[in-house]
Amino acid sequence: MSGEIIKINHLSKTFGKNVVLRDIDFSVSTGDVTCIIGASGSGKSTLLRCLNLLETPTTGEILYHGEDIAAAHTNAAAYRAKVGMVFQSFNLFSNMTVLQNCIIGQTKVLKKNKEEAKKRALAFLDKVGMAPYINAKPRQLSGGQKQRVAIARALAMEPELLLFDEPTSALDPQMVGEVLDVMKQLAGEGLTMIIVTHEMAFARDVSNHVVYMADGVIEEAGDPKQIFSNPQNPKTQEFLKRFMRG
Amino acid sequence: MPQDFWGRIVYILQERGPAYLDGAKNTMVIALISTFIGCIIGFAVGIVQTIPVSKKDNIFKRALLWVVRLILNIYVEVFRGTPMMVQAMFIFFGSSAVFNINMSMWFAAFFIVSINTGAYMAETVRGGILSIDPGQTEGAKAIGMTHVQTMLYVILPQALRNIMPQIGNNLIINIKDTCVLSVIGIVEMFYAAKSVAGALYTYFESFTIAMVIYFILTFACSRLLRLWEKKMDGSDNYDLATTDTLAHTSGLYSYTAKKEEDE
Ligand SMILES: Nc1ncnc2c1ncn2[C@@H]1O[C@H](COP(=O)(O)OP(=O)(O)OP(=O)(O)O)[C@@H](O)[C@H]1O
Ligand SMILES: [Mg+2]
Repeated sequence: MSGEIIKINHLSKTFGKNVVLRDIDFSVSTGDVTCIIGASGSGKSTLLRCLNLLETPTTGEILYHGEDIAAAHTNAAAYRAKVGMVFQSFNLFSNMTVLQNCIIGQTKVLKKNKEEAKKRALAFLDKVGMAPYINAKPRQLSGGQKQRVAIARALAMEPELLLFDEPTSALDPQMVGEVLDVMKQLAGEGLTMIIVTHEMAFARDVSNHVVYMADGVIEEAGDPKQIFSNPQNPKTQEFLKRFMRG
Repeated sequence: MPQDFWGRIVYILQERGPAYLDGAKNTMVIALISTFIGCIIGFAVGIVQTIPVSKKDNIFKRALLWVVRLILNIYVEVFRGTPMMVQAMFIFFGSSAVFNINMSMWFAAFFIVSINTGAYMAETVRGGILSIDPGQTEGAKAIGMTHVQTMLYVILPQALRNIMPQIGNNLIINIKDTCVLSVIGIVEMFYAAKSVAGALYTYFESFTIAMVIYFILTFACSRLLRLWEKKMDGSDNYDLATTDTLAHTSGLYSYTAKKEEDE
């Protein structure tokens, strides 16, 4: 397969006796927009955190361009510079301005010079519509604005793959749209993304691959049109029925 | 010697003013430098105490960390748990009697106050680090920052800001507590006041002056630190950068130059 970035084989994760992920197989290629849906507690966040090595998988392998990054010797920091993550709770650095938030990773991790880092930070902040706010501190921004800055910060690292963990779940309804719009735009530009979301309409319209998880298992995966209009697995049918009813 | 209280105060100030000033100077030098060194010790210990260990780390690193932490815990408990005056006697006289080390009085003074401040600050710093939302650590990790970078640029600046009131507390405590160093012969404020009182038989007046000077010193420090805290917080407002953003993305202007001045 050409352009395959990540391939997960038989990934399992347990916390103590609690089995959260069982035997997950999954792969992502360049340009894919994968949405992961599923009930609360089904292990979506844990899967994403394993992908970014914020959690260590209990068993199984995560191949990044064929190399197992779950193995003990991997340099997690270097890997994370290529696979970014956007969190539900934004996780901006409160001691820095919006601009500094988007510069620090470039200068300290990518070792870019200040001028170039700033130029690129401004370009990405412009893209997410936050250029006017570069001097603001995170505490002075709304949730939607914070999340857009967080996206710009992740983009500034020019990641090969960007992970989103429920990026709009902590937002008031009127702010959800502004963040989803940015993500739609990124999808249109061909950014490779894995998105955990409860926004079904967004998942259906934007992704080219949908994964439905329940109780730590991938129950169904495939084309979004097929999954949303004609799910095969009874669990998926049940989940979507409940969700569409609201 | 004048008969009334105020007259005697003026007389003492005229006659022995320089002795008080000298004492105050020594008090402040010891308190400021030792608080500073103590903070560095506190940060070092606090940082070591919060290094994350995972099962992935090799056994050698984990064992080393365990031993270092044990030693640091003993240090913190012992110095927090014994009076500074006793430590001063123990270290200054004990070191020369038992180990034949002749510490200078001044070295002993800085050493004792710093190491005490360090013991208190260690716990404060540890708390300060733990008080920063772990989300920010994850945010830093997610853009590829190492543990050291995360600490240096994200966690410690915020921890420092949060513990500023505690640093202020420690400075004030040190200004007052350097008086116990008189037992090893350091001529600080208390020593100076006691000498004057003894020489002129004016206990009440001499120590009134000492009280006032101590209060001025501590009050001034606490106000200055408050100002410093305000400065660290930066401005409450921000400027909207409303000019054509494309000009900025092309690198024509610099927004930041203006921002720095505003804070
Ligand atoms: N650090 C942890 N220690 C122990 N159990 C955990 C930990 N993190 C997650 N879990 C458990 O793992 C399960 C899956 O959690 P996870 O956060 O991955 O679910 P999720 O699908 O993201 O749910 P949600 O939609 O609510 O975000 C839950 O039962 C949770 O209690
Ligand atoms: Mg989750």
